[in-house]
Amino acid sequence: MELAQGALTSPVDWHAIAPELVLTAFACLVLVVDLFLAERSKWLAMPLSAIGILATGAATLSLVGSDRTTLSGSYEIDAFALLLKGLFCVIGFIVLAISFDYFRSGVRYQGEYYFLLLCSLLGGLVMSSARDLVTIFIAIELISVPGFIMTGLRKGDPKSNEASLKFFLFGVLSTAVMLYGMSLIYGVSGGATRLDQIREAIDGSGNEPLVMLSVFFVVVGFGFKISAVPFHFWAPDTYEGAPSPVAAFLSTASKIGGFVGLLVLMFKAFPEVADIWRPVFAVLATLTMTVGNLIALRQRHIIRLLAYSGIAQSGYILVALALIDPSSPGVSRQALESALVYIAIYGVMDLGAFAAAVAYARRGGSYFIDDYAGLWQRSPVLATLLTGFLLSLAGAPPMAGAWAKLFVFLAAINAQVYWLAVVMGVNAVIAAWYYLAVVKRMFFEAPELEGPVEVPYLLRAVMGVAALALLVVFIYPPVITELAERSVL
Amino acid sequence: MEWLDTWGLSLAVFLPMVGVVVLLFVPGSMDGVAKAVGLLFTGAALLVGVAVGLRFDYGSAGAIQLEVNERWIPQIDARYHVGIDGIALPLFELSLLVSFLCIVYLLWHVPSPGKTKALIALTLLLETGMTGTFIALDLILFFIFWEVVLVPMYFMIGIWGGPRREYAAVKFFLYTLFGSIFMLLGFLALYFQGNTFDMIALREQGNLGSTLVQNLTFAGLFLGFAIKVPMWPFHTWLPDAHTEAPTIGSVLLAAVMLKMGTYGFIRIAYPILPDAAVYFAPVIGILAVIAIIYGALCCFAQSDLKRLIAFSSVGHMGFVMLGIATVSDRGINGAIFGMVAHGLITGMLFFLAGSIHERFHTREISSLGGVLQQMPRFGSVLVYAGIASLGLPGLAGFWGEMLALLGSYQPGAGLDEGLFRILMVGGGIGTVLTAGYLLWTIQRVAMGAVPEKFADGRGLFDVHPLEWTAWAPLLALILAAGIYPRMVLGVTDGAVQNLLKSFGG
Repeated sequence: MELAQGALTSPVDWHAIAPELVLTAFACLVLVVDLFLAERSKWLAMPLSAIGILATGAATLSLVGSDRTTLSGSYEIDAFALLLKGLFCVIGFIVLAISFDYFRSGVRYQGEYYFLLLCSLLGGLVMSSARDLVTIFIAIELISVPGFIMTGLRKGDPKSNEASLKFFLFGVLSTAVMLYGMSLIYGVSGGATRLDQIREAIDGSGNEPLVMLSVFFVVVGFGFKISAVPFHFWAPDTYEGAPSPVAAFLSTASKIGGFVGLLVLMFKAFPEVADIWRPVFAVLATLTMTVGNLIALRQRHIIRLLAYSGIAQSGYILVALALIDPSSPGVSRQALESALVYIAIYGVMDLGAFAAAVAYARRGGSYFIDDYAGLWQRSPVLATLLTGFLLSLAGAPPMAGAWAKLFVFLAAINAQVYWLAVVMGVNAVIAAWYYLAVVKRMFFEAPELEGPVEVPYLLRAVMGVAALALLVVFIYPPVITELAERSVL
Repeated sequence: MEWLDTWGLSLAVFLPMVGVVVLLFVPGSMDGVAKAVGLLFTGAALLVGVAVGLRFDYGSAGAIQLEVNERWIPQIDARYHVGIDGIALPLFELSLLVSFLCIVYLLWHVPSPGKTKALIALTLLLETGMTGTFIALDLILFFIFWEVVLVPMYFMIGIWGGPRREYAAVKFFLYTLFGSIFMLLGFLALYFQGNTFDMIALREQGNLGSTLVQNLTFAGLFLGFAIKVPMWPFHTWLPDAHTEAPTIGSVLLAAVMLKMGTYGFIRIAYPILPDAAVYFAPVIGILAVIAIIYGALCCFAQSDLKRLIAFSSVGHMGFVMLGIATVSDRGINGAIFGMVAHGLITGMLFFLAGSIHERFHTREISSLGGVLQQMPRFGSVLVYAGIASLGLPGLAGFWGEMLALLGSYQPGAGLDEGLFRILMVGGGIGTVLTAGYLLWTIQRVAMGAVPEKFADGRGLFDVHPLEWTAWAPLLALILAAGIYPRMVLGVTDGAVQNLLKSFGG
């Protein structure tokens, strides 16, 4: 309790938490403004949210170069936190663009939706800086809870209700497990919540079995959040039932939030017991990649395909976690760098694919992959962009995804964990098959649906910029690798 | 023009990429503008390429010249290291020329289903990948350029291809992907033995691990390159891909892309792992001769003209690989000459096969005939290219094959002379068979009576001016390289001597 009091009474570095404050203010503003808007101008909540995210991004940029802590050391603003906050802002912006057309024409509750979206995003921002068990817990809940509601926003559709309930039950279960693990840590470390204190306390505490158990619970809890196999069952159903922009958000921001929490915990609190959890991650990574890819092969619904592909992509990031070895800093460093590069590139390419899928489904197409036949003849722009994102997810040139995979692969080889590198390589080939199957449909087959596909200009611009960014990173990867290098924990 | 000595090569490689970006802003309906953009950028790249060729110091063709070595991705020790020597220069220029000619050919005819802009964009992307492969001196850079080629060619076959295009495209993609994974593993093995991705530095280090490690690494590289060449028994993607691809796709595949495989052997596998190369030479030699004879026999059995040319590629690349396997001065010089000659001749033959299809709407040899009577100029070009392909002295096809055979009469140090002389005899039989099927094909297509179906001669016009424009440079170079082989050998020899230093020669 002393700690908590200390945190409350110590002076707050307001500039350090400026991004979070700005985002909170805008989230509340959106909710209030929405009350006064007429039904036909409810869409104004979206530009307002966009301004909010831009302002948050600006506040984040104003902190670049600083390395400070506040709230008694439980909140850290370093390059790692700033990189991820920037990434969350980018993701938030793209999700807004995807949401605009979707929510304006069809689903109601625009103001509530954008409010919830900003809240969930706020959770991501908090997670990037959280260096304290309580803060991490609050962050993960802040990310998840708005997600439960957003998933159920299509109230009339039983699928959406089911998705929401499923997500909620799994989410609460995982939270309970995680919280149980955290309480064990609290006990083992003698009442510490700050990660650096925990690290000191459990080092040589002689409580290995208990530490092991608590780490295990925490990993399982996060395993749900990042939809790692075997904790992935909720993801495909939830993504399919949720409004698609929400699915896009869950598969990127929400998942990345989970990964950030995992990375911070493993690097800051549990590096001394890495020998215990490294094999766990190796097994998780193998299962997640392989199961995700194999089930993806049989999907016929594009959102379900992206859900399983997203599960497999989590597996590649887990590979990096399975390489961490505090006794050889070089290896750990490279593993973390490759994870950060992967996370950043994944966020953009996955959202791009979701954006294209949503655009097609809303404008003259459907979610079924069979209906993608001949899309190229109906909308060359959309087909080309989606191909770019799918190639990137597959790890094929000329898109940035190729580097994401190669960096993790190289890190695995450098850590001399060859078998994991081989598993990854085999999985990359399996995955190429189902991504290419969609591409093949779009380009090589005659269209079955008729009529033009009018992609909204905003979405077109956002997808174009995302694709261009992936292309630029492919040609000159230091754009992202330099950032990742400077941002290791 | 000092900057040409450093950034000239990169400019030639990336100009087509700039063209792709420009094309993005051209509306899909404006075919004419798209063609002009394509012509402009491939033409400019070719001009830069020629200018670079003029800056090249032919007196020291063995050394890497026009080098750039810049920081690229420090996190994984990959550098933007490019440069060119006498081995790469002919192939680099060939890629630029053939890409340009393909665009010229597109001015005349765009295959169904149209979509000119997309086809030109893919061609430009391919050009960047192909030319880049020939100047990369860093393994990661090489790998990236190598992979860039994969996707555009997949689309080119899959969209503009023949009736079985989907099958051919997927087969091409999966084969090549499979090979490149092994190649990448080989590169990584080299990195972990030599601690660098730089080809030149790796070569200078020598001694990369135990004999076993070196042999395994070589085996990985071998798989990647051999699938691309393609060597027997990895060739089965080639007949499908070449037959189904649109004309310019086949031309680019045959003229340039197959050479990426053989070039990989000469540029990477041989100089860096000389001992393993000698160890594997008999295997490569035997596979090469099987390819020569097998390719020729398959040609006798083909009824589709394009498929026949595709199988003839298997045989011709066999000669190139035989030359490489000998690890001798003559053999490797002959191999590079063979690559250039095959690029010119087979590229030309695929152009002709495409044009025949446009006129007769069939490629079945049995339903063709008497082309010389109906279209004397077209027929003459066909006979000329066919004869060049069979290796008539005085034309380009002759020197590569002869030098490869000469090389196997006297293979490099450490190789079994007896075996290679047997291989020489096998290759010799192959030349006879090659002459046989080509003459037989010429006889059936160009000579004889005009089939009744085409007797009215409707739509059978002689060579179109745009076709002349696309073909004349190839026809002239086939003759020039045949009469004056020093044109190529003078450039390559220095670099080959330099390469052989790795083998204690």
